[in-house]
Amino acid sequence: MHGLINRAIQTFVCQTYGTDRWRQVTEAAGLGFAEFEAMLMYEEDQTRRVLEALCADLGHSRAGVLEDLGTYLVSNPHVEALRRLLRFGGVTYVEFLHSLDDLPDRARLAVDDLILPKLELREQSPGQFSLSCGPGLPGFGWVMMGVLRTMADDYGALVLLEYQGMCQEFEVITITLIETSFAEGRSFELGARAG
Amino acid sequence: MISKDELADILIPLCPMFVLVDATGHISRVGPTLQKLRPGRAMQGLRFLELFELTRPRMVTTFDGLLAVSGAKLHLRFCDQPHTVLKGAIVALPENGGAIVNLSFGISVLDAVRDYALNSADFSATDLTIELLYLVEAKSAAMEASRTLNLRLQRAMIAAEEQAFTDTLTGLKNRRAMDHVLGRMISAGKAFALMNLDLDYFKSVNDTLGHAAGDHVLQQAARIMVEETRDEDIVARVGGDEFVLIFDRLLDQDMLGRIADRLIKRLEVPIAFGDHTCRISASAGSVFWRASGDPQADQLLHEADLALYAAKHAGRACHRFFHPDMRDGGRGGDGPAIGVCRVDRATGS
Repeated sequence: MHGLINRAIQTFVCQTYGTDRWRQVTEAAGLGFAEFEAMLMYEEDQTRRVLEALCADLGHSRAGVLEDLGTYLVSNPHVEALRRLLRFGGVTYVEFLHSLDDLPDRARLAVDDLILPKLELREQSPGQFSLSCGPGLPGFGWVMMGVLRTMADDYGALVLLEYQGMCQEFEVITITLIETSFAEGRSFELGARAG
Repeated sequence: MISKDELADILIPLCPMFVLVDATGHISRVGPTLQKLRPGRAMQGLRFLELFELTRPRMVTTFDGLLAVSGAKLHLRFCDQPHTVLKGAIVALPENGGAIVNLSFGISVLDAVRDYALNSADFSATDLTIELLYLVEAKSAAMEASRTLNLRLQRAMIAAEEQAFTDTLTGLKNRRAMDHVLGRMISAGKAFALMNLDLDYFKSVNDTLGHAAGDHVLQQAARIMVEETRDEDIVARVGGDEFVLIFDRLLDQDMLGRIADRLIKRLEVPIAFGDHTCRISASAGSVFWRASGDPQADQLLHEADLALYAAKHAGRACHRFFHPDMRDGGRGGDGPAIGVCRVDRATGS
């Protein structure tokens, strides 16, 4: 598992629940270290154990923890760069949704060994979409739930999300766009640099 | 034949930084993104070469000259502030109808997007600017992560190296570090004195009072040696009870003799360990290296060893300087060794 993904989990836990909590989790997971390096690769099993220990420690479901992680990734100022990169996808929420097809390729363009699951957006009818998340990162669909929900706020759109579960080996999310400009949204300037 | 206005309307979504120039060199229409760069100044009606300064091709100074290079690649910049640099291509229109110039930011795009607050709607659908900006940000973030890793690795490497050069029991340098420093001092042509020092009666402390007592004695002995030497000197533990001291730029025989005597005297002060008292002493042998000739580290260490044997031979608890006579198995005690032998105080029993 790529260090960036492990590191994302680490910063999420440290920022949200504190470093003591994180240390507890890594100990419970039998990691033998407390710091993931963003640019190194780790065993898949280490990530699985950390997530398991985290859910047990918080007493939350895996789905809930992963969705919170998704929310954190695009809303916390510590990871502002990621939100900016996603906003490059389009000027409107719908354009952003369509840009998700390119997300794994874009990620690989930046970090060539970062493999994200294939994402496929289908427009069922105007304002009604489904997003399929391919295999590779079990639970990635839940992370995307958090990302999609928070990015809707970011664009000021009002959406309804539903996790449909597994369809063959794809996790499917349905997205219903109720209003494109429901609220002001957060400002995004192309030329600003992430701090 | 379509009109200029129809042509302009076609160009707007395809290349929003176009300039339509008439036959006299005056701007008749510009794309919306280009106009956005000069919000307070209508470009329409200005002479093209009054708005832009051509930096390549250089010889061209008139619009007719520009028309003559139709198809060429242009490098230009705004005549007024900010002098944003642009790239362009010019194509002459048929029937002396002027020209279309299509402009782009080239490498200045990063600054331009920020300076002029451009957004993705300002670029055509086929323009790769957004991808470029994305890549720049993504790469900077990835580079930052790499840099953080590099810094951490460098710190870890320094710590590991320090550990590899340290004797963990005493905190002194170890043999590896001593070899390293000695080699470096020789190749740097630095003068120094090298002293081999063995603790006497240490083995009996270890045997009678145990390893914990032995370790304690080694730590106390190390502390004394560090206290009796200067910061620039090196004290290394190279074996169980064997030490090497390197005195940077010290070539004064009397002074080194006094240092050796003081070391031995302090090492002979009984060391308390629980209810017990540990008594040791030390023998030492020294050699000077005056930064001339071609010595080998091994040879210097061997000579210091010969001097040390001479001191042991003389009854321990004393210090000897190396003398060439010692090489032929000569008895150090008889040679012209300098240093006071204090056999009578040696046993500590």
